[in-house]
Amino acid sequence: MANALNSITLRRLAIATVLVLGAGYALAFFAAPEDADQGFIQKIFYLHVPLATVALLGWIVAAIWAIQHLRTGDPKYDARSYVSIHISVIFGLAVLLTGAIWAKGSWGVWWEWKEPTLVSFLIVFLLYATYYPLRYAIEDRERQARYASVFAITAGAFVPLNFLAVRLAQPLVHPRTFSSAGGLPDSMLFAFLVCLAGMALLWATLVWFELDAKAASANLGRIRRRLEATT
Amino acid sequence: MIPLAIENADRYVGGAYLVFLLLLLIYVAIMAAKLSRIQRELGSLAELADRPSERLPRDVGPVRDREQEIEAVRQGDRG
Repeated sequence: MANALNSITLRRLAIATVLVLGAGYALAFFAAPEDADQGFIQKIFYLHVPLATVALLGWIVAAIWAIQHLRTGDPKYDARSYVSIHISVIFGLAVLLTGAIWAKGSWGVWWEWKEPTLVSFLIVFLLYATYYPLRYAIEDRERQARYASVFAITAGAFVPLNFLAVRLAQPLVHPRTFSSAGGLPDSMLFAFLVCLAGMALLWATLVWFELDAKAASANLGRIRRRLEATT
Repeated sequence: MIPLAIENADRYVGGAYLVFLLLLLIYVAIMAAKLSRIQRELGSLAELADRPSERLPRDVGPVRDREQEIEAVRQGDRG
């Protein structure tokens, strides 16, 4: 019953993702005007910024699941925290790659080390890249989950602090997306918000999908052990 | 912000969206491989569950022993 409900929810989530993301990019390319300063290349904004926002929020969500895991000891919260970090790391990689392409087109360089936004995101990404070796260096499953949760909470607390530090720092070339000075016209803002909602739905769909796959794999292992014990 | 005059902007935009799609495709391919492994394992488990010849004698063993005892008692009564 729970599995059937899960698969129905996943299907609905996937359909909603396709619809909202499709609508978002249709708005971005056909309804939102071209940026007066950057021109057509600014369309990368509708991909790059939602990806970055959702990746950062995903890491905070992972920290919340990790708190739940430490409070209750329930392994399902550890799995949720792990998968949230995993999908956010993939999104983070996409942020770095799309950002590098945008930087090359706009600034003529793939990377700018003096820009705090870029470097701080790279630091956060690399921090989460260390999650995997840390987790799998511990053999005992319970200890592994506990340490991973502590990591997720610590790193998750670092994400908003890092965001604030970047806001306070002097920008070099990278614009501050959510500042009042760099406010978007309504049509651009609407397209951006739809893309952001679509990207958040995509993140949720992928997290749900991977959690389902993990649950199926764990259930199979349990059935195999039982069957082998009876034969 | 630096004022810009960007040539080939469409190539950069296309490149960025393609990179994202490629990453998504790689992820989907990895998950598809995982799901096909689960499918294979499910198949082998179904095969294991459908094999009565190995499991049945042990499962019904005590019942069969009991039936033989009863039969022996019956034959003893007749004799």
